[in-house]
Amino acid sequence: MIQARAVEKRYGRRRALRPLDLRLERGGFLVVTGANGSGKTTLLRLVAGLAAPTGGELDVGADRGGLGYLGHEPLLYRDLTAVENLDLYGRLYRVPERRERIGMLLERYGLWEVRAERVSSYSRGMTQRLALCRALLHEPELLVLDEPYTALDGEGAELLDRQLAELAGTATVLLTTHDPGRVEPLATSRLALA
Amino acid sequence: MSYLSDVAALARKDLRLELRARDTLPAMLLFVLSTLVVFHFALPTGADEVAAQGLLWVALVFTALLGLARAWAPEREGGALEGLVLAPSDRSAIWLGKSAAVFVFLALIELVALPAFALFFSPLQAEAVLGVLLANIGICAVGTLLAAMAAASRTRELILPLLFLPLAIPLVVGGVGSSVSTDPGRYLLFLGLYDAVFAILCWASFEYVVSE
Repeated sequence: MIQARAVEKRYGRRRALRPLDLRLERGGFLVVTGANGSGKTTLLRLVAGLAAPTGGELDVGADRGGLGYLGHEPLLYRDLTAVENLDLYGRLYRVPERRERIGMLLERYGLWEVRAERVSSYSRGMTQRLALCRALLHEPELLVLDEPYTALDGEGAELLDRQLAELAGTATVLLTTHDPGRVEPLATSRLALA
Repeated sequence: MSYLSDVAALARKDLRLELRARDTLPAMLLFVLSTLVVFHFALPTGADEVAAQGLLWVALVFTALLGLARAWAPEREGGALEGLVLAPSDRSAIWLGKSAAVFVFLALIELVALPAFALFFSPLQAEAVLGVLLANIGICAVGTLLAAMAAASRTRELILPLLFLPLAIPLVVGGVGSSVSTDPGRYLLFLGLYDAVFAILCWASFEYVVSE
């Protein structure tokens, strides 16, 4: 699903990602760890197509419609409600039975009661849950998650644990975390960036 | 059809955001009305109509600039532009949806501004109103693209006018010409050509503006 050969990223003279070889099979679950500034986010942005490599080769076997991305920003409109945000993305991703899918995700992530409230009124954790709903909305074949446990409370983290366990083996997952032990049972490969 | 439904969904989202937040339209409206009032008192009594028409276009271009500066603000907050860029729809739909929303904002402002101009100065002929509408298309097409380019910069407030105003000069020439010339058709045709050429250029180049 993902194959990288000496892929690297520079911003001017600053190196954001050292040359890296990587291979992740379809259905694999790759956990990426590393210190701050080691290039975890850069690697995920390259895989998502949000940034272009400055060296090496990167092949990703999923098009934009098959990719779900959760970054540091929620990629949501603060003055729209949860339903309006997901409805917009559902239309753009041509999600079949959009309303049912949105309702199911909001219910699952404990946001159904606040579905008609603006995202600007949400706590950081609620926003992160909604961002997860957005990334999962179109049932992507490749899920790229940048520190997805950030800001989640215990219940939210357990919901994500269950979701990842369901996805493991069916979807390909690329995930960065500072707590690799949490997803260790699901991981099929590991990458430590220096 | 799916392309147009994407454009409609994106434009509807912008109209909904503005209806809810109301942070662009009221500012544009106050700006254009206060500018026209200032011009009314600044222009000497008996000044010719050409000067007044010129001032109308100054007011319209700077009002549009005010709206364009805010055009991508909702996308900057929360990184929503990246969310749109990741979606599988054609990226030019993002530009077209935003341009359509900006066009609606500008048209709504002009619904008030043009009668106000007629009240303070002189009524506008049909050709002048058509000139305003055609110029709106060019302003929205070019301005939305440039605003997206500027939005990525920390000095966006400075960059947008520097990029936009030189490209707006032909629109002002065409707009004023359609208002005061004895042969307004020539100027309307010029505005139509500007719209067609720049709309195609902006439509084709937006992909590169939002891609790294």
